[in-house]
Amino acid sequence: MKKIYNRILQISGNIIAVRASGIKYGELAIVKTSQGKTFAEVIRINASDEIFLQVFAGGSGISTGDEVYFLGRHMGIPFSENLLGRIFTATGEPRDGGPHLTEALTEISGPAVNPAKRIVPTNMIHTGIPMIDIFNSLVESQKISIFTTSGEPYNELVVRIALQAKVDAIVVGGMGIRYDDYLFIKDSIEKGGAFGRCVLFIHTASDPVVECLIAADISLAVAERFALEGKKVLVLLTDMTNFCDALKEIAVVMEQIPSNRGYPGDLYSQLAVRYEKAVSFEGAGSITILSVTTMPGNDVTHPVPDNTGYITEGQYYLNNGRIEPFGSLSRLKQLVNKDTRADHRPLMTSMIQLYAFYRETMEKRAMGFRMSQWDEKLLKYGNLFEAGIMDLSVNIALYEALDMGWRILAECFTPEETGLRSELIKTYWPDICKA
Amino acid sequence: MIKTAGIVSGINGSMITVEFSGSVRQNEVAYVLHEDMRLKAEVVRIKGRRADLQVFESTRGLKSGAEVEFSGGLLSVELGPGLLGQLFDGLQNPLDRLAARHGFFLKRGEYITPLQEDKTWSFVPTAKAGDRVSGGDTIGTVIEGRFIHKIVVPFYLTLLHDVIHVIEPGDYTIKEKVALLKDNSGQPIPVTMSFMWPVKRPVTLYEERLPPVEQLVTRIRIIDTLFPVSKGGTYCVPGPFGAGKTVLQQLTAKSAEVDIVIVAACGERAGEVVETIREFPMIIDPSTAEPLINRTIIVCNTSSMPVAARESSVYTAITMAEYYRHMGLHVLLLADSTSRWAQAMRERSGRLEEIPGEEAFPAYLQSVIADFYERSGLVRLKDGGKGSVTIGGAVSPAGGNFEEPVTQATLKTVGAFHALSRERSDARRYPAIDPLESWSKYKGAISPAQRSQLFKLLKRADEIGQMMKVVGEEGTSLDDFMLYLKAELFDEVYLQQNAYDEVDGATSIGRQAHVFSIIFDILNTHMEFKGKDEARRFFNEMRQHFLDYNTIPEGAVAFDEKEENIMTLLLEHVPVSDRSCVRTLSEALVESDLDSFFRRSKMAGGIDKKDLSIVIKDGKSDEKNI
Ligand SMILES: Nc1ncnc2c1ncn2[C@@H]1O[C@H](COP(=O)(O)OP(=O)(O)OP(=O)(O)O)[C@@H](O)[C@H]1O
Ligand SMILES: [Mg+2]
Repeated sequence: MKKIYNRILQISGNIIAVRASGIKYGELAIVKTSQGKTFAEVIRINASDEIFLQVFAGGSGISTGDEVYFLGRHMGIPFSENLLGRIFTATGEPRDGGPHLTEALTEISGPAVNPAKRIVPTNMIHTGIPMIDIFNSLVESQKISIFTTSGEPYNELVVRIALQAKVDAIVVGGMGIRYDDYLFIKDSIEKGGAFGRCVLFIHTASDPVVECLIAADISLAVAERFALEGKKVLVLLTDMTNFCDALKEIAVVMEQIPSNRGYPGDLYSQLAVRYEKAVSFEGAGSITILSVTTMPGNDVTHPVPDNTGYITEGQYYLNNGRIEPFGSLSRLKQLVNKDTRADHRPLMTSMIQLYAFYRETMEKRAMGFRMSQWDEKLLKYGNLFEAGIMDLSVNIALYEALDMGWRILAECFTPEETGLRSELIKTYWPDICKA
Repeated sequence: MIKTAGIVSGINGSMITVEFSGSVRQNEVAYVLHEDMRLKAEVVRIKGRRADLQVFESTRGLKSGAEVEFSGGLLSVELGPGLLGQLFDGLQNPLDRLAARHGFFLKRGEYITPLQEDKTWSFVPTAKAGDRVSGGDTIGTVIEGRFIHKIVVPFYLTLLHDVIHVIEPGDYTIKEKVALLKDNSGQPIPVTMSFMWPVKRPVTLYEERLPPVEQLVTRIRIIDTLFPVSKGGTYCVPGPFGAGKTVLQQLTAKSAEVDIVIVAACGERAGEVVETIREFPMIIDPSTAEPLINRTIIVCNTSSMPVAARESSVYTAITMAEYYRHMGLHVLLLADSTSRWAQAMRERSGRLEEIPGEEAFPAYLQSVIADFYERSGLVRLKDGGKGSVTIGGAVSPAGGNFEEPVTQATLKTVGAFHALSRERSDARRYPAIDPLESWSKYKGAISPAQRSQLFKLLKRADEIGQMMKVVGEEGTSLDDFMLYLKAELFDEVYLQQNAYDEVDGATSIGRQAHVFSIIFDILNTHMEFKGKDEARRFFNEMRQHFLDYNTIPEGAVAFDEKEENIMTLLLEHVPVSDRSCVRTLSEALVESDLDSFFRRSKMAGGIDKKDLSIVIKDGKSDEKNI
């Protein structure tokens, strides 16, 4: 028999407190308010049986006399293949008018993977985007974030990568996204013909803040189950900045001492618990996480991108509609780019270094300095590089992109100006236009 | 003795409040009984009948009212033969064996003893009945890999004991008694090959601590040449995310010339540890002809593992390091990242509602960090041998800003500072150690005079580079321009090193000395060029030769050929008259400094750019058409 508590001791922000005994830490409860039922989760138990709950639908409108009862279990999601092709809210309610799922619950926020059971990833995920494929290859089981600002086409980029990637399942966790963005993501996936291998958990900007946190955990729990069944899963999390802001809001209500610009001191650990779900299981499937982090004020030292950068395995800088070569980084690229083509790594390094020189030259030119012969070459190179490689509309396979790189170099420089080793020059330098 | 028991009355993340009766020790280990599990915890604060404990596991599902058993002991690790080559979590559980038992996921409340109890070791006694011994004294030896592993009297037996009996030579497990001692009161004390030692108590059973004067060769050129590390010393590697801390540590773990490397992966990515676990058994250490894993211990509490155990992981690691130092070995402890450890302290401190210091870190941050690094050191042991523990800690400053508390606290205690910079890593200048910001108090491979000259060159070149951004290349004298190109050459082909190239990835100290002498000669040679374009072409070509040279194994025919190419190219630009009287780098630097001083003073006098170019022309600019 379930016990009902109807004396709420405290309501502050999205947190309420009741007095109850025998309650489990992290247990789920239902709060019945005049607006309907909502989930709540135990986040603290004080001496004298004071139980603090975070109310998914928010504290607004809750009355001290509302009923609370505990479910004796943690948050979960019914899991089966039937999830594919469906759209849900952050808490697992159908958003697409389809049936409620009734399968056995999979608990969210499960334990960490034993590091001894992880394997070194070796599969490259080809995206057709040279700035990714050549310079910062995406790797199966990687966790990587797109660092960007509002207004940039980050959802377009995320969806494009998802459609191009050869994966068995795509899990979309939308957090605090605009309704339009939700529709865009849904429509693009449908048009791309991938809807049947996709499941969406969408929390929009108008949904209660607490549910934003659940969206990430539920997406990852589902992804984990698919991966254990042998599927290659790609998880898209957009926008993790909203997730962090939700954490901040709750921390403030709980009167935690903030560490940096109001964010709680455990922001790093909180992000890590989610991002570290990315894994390749020996003898089973894998989880790759591609997230979006919008940087307030385009400031990479802001606590959200900063802590994200410290936990993800790299980031793609999306700025002015292009993936910037500087600041962008795939830390796993060296695991895969050694097995593509002998020129891949050195070409990548050399082209980036030359592009850095080009940027310097641009600065010099802006200040009105005379351009040397060398500067002129760099200017030519920079323009060709931006048009042929950097532009996001370019959609070519890796080897084609590498050949394109050599052609651009040969059009602009003599071989020894590129800093590439002699034997590579011998093999790959195109004859067409000896400088 | 009756063990103290308690009841959980509050839960806040990994922190629980326990009402107890009886006596409880600060930092005592306790077990929380939850369902059929026993979750390990540590007492962190005691107030009246209430103790706050941090649980080393997830507290999910725990109820208030759960029982707690206090163990009476402090958080300890097991010391004995068989630690090498293992992968432990922060509490010294062997992760391989946990995986074999529980599969993909870590299971709460499951602990396995760190040392294999069924493995036998070939024991040779060295003590005999009648000897007087105390903690740390050797009673026998076993062979662990290529090391002679001393079996010692447990460190905690601090008083003198009589040896009653030592077992015959033979194969024994770590649980078998190998000796029997007797204390003052005549109480017999059996000794096995392993014993427990509390992780937060430094092992100090040596004769004396020595100054760290012997270089620890890392085979990373910029470190060994410019910012050396000593055996028994300490250093830190701070840098923003992605600047290359982990790669640098992995490289050091592979190439450093020490006996044992202990890697403490503290609150960072699991994937990085996996690379080490999978790679090290495959790499054969050329100096010992053994797989690298045989000299390595990995302690791993990665970021998604319980935060409380993260804090203890660095202590687990340092305690094992001290143990092997006691064998007379040189141990290098690499901790990545100490900031995550500090953050774990911050999380705990926040939950305890302590009064916070800067950025919410606890006020005692500085002293805890200092105490940790102070456990390093080169020591002379009681048997006359020497051993050392060197600590290298990565630091992950928030926002990449070195002013933050963890970096500052660390800087106060270490002997060398390898500052990684975002500019260098963005420009792919790896290892991204910034030569203008880093320092080392230790003695390295080159003379202090050479070292300081190189710093001057790099600093001056940086100024010239900055200046060039303002006045343009045409406003820079050819001599300054050449200094700039020389520094760039030194940076690109010597300070930078390709981590992923088999040859370039690790440079022996002998090869470093050799290549350095060639480069140093080039830096010291006066060359003549018709103009800047010619100079740039020359340095490009030179760089090309060196980049090839760096990837050729020493002793290969091509190695000598490349060296000849370099010398030939160099001589082409040394005027015949100058070949005998070489103008040294220091003179060039002095001149360039004087020039810049002169120009600055003129500029301060309010001369515009046009006049400035005349000044330069009067000096030694080659540009005809300014
Ligand atoms: N010496 C090097 N040679 C070549 N590439 C390097 C080198 N050092 C770092 N890199 C590149 O930079 C990436 C990031 O390096 P690393 O993981 O060591 O950064 P980090 O400083 O540890 O970052 P974090 O603080 O986020 O852990 C690597 O994956 C690699 O691509
Ligand atoms: Mg790192």
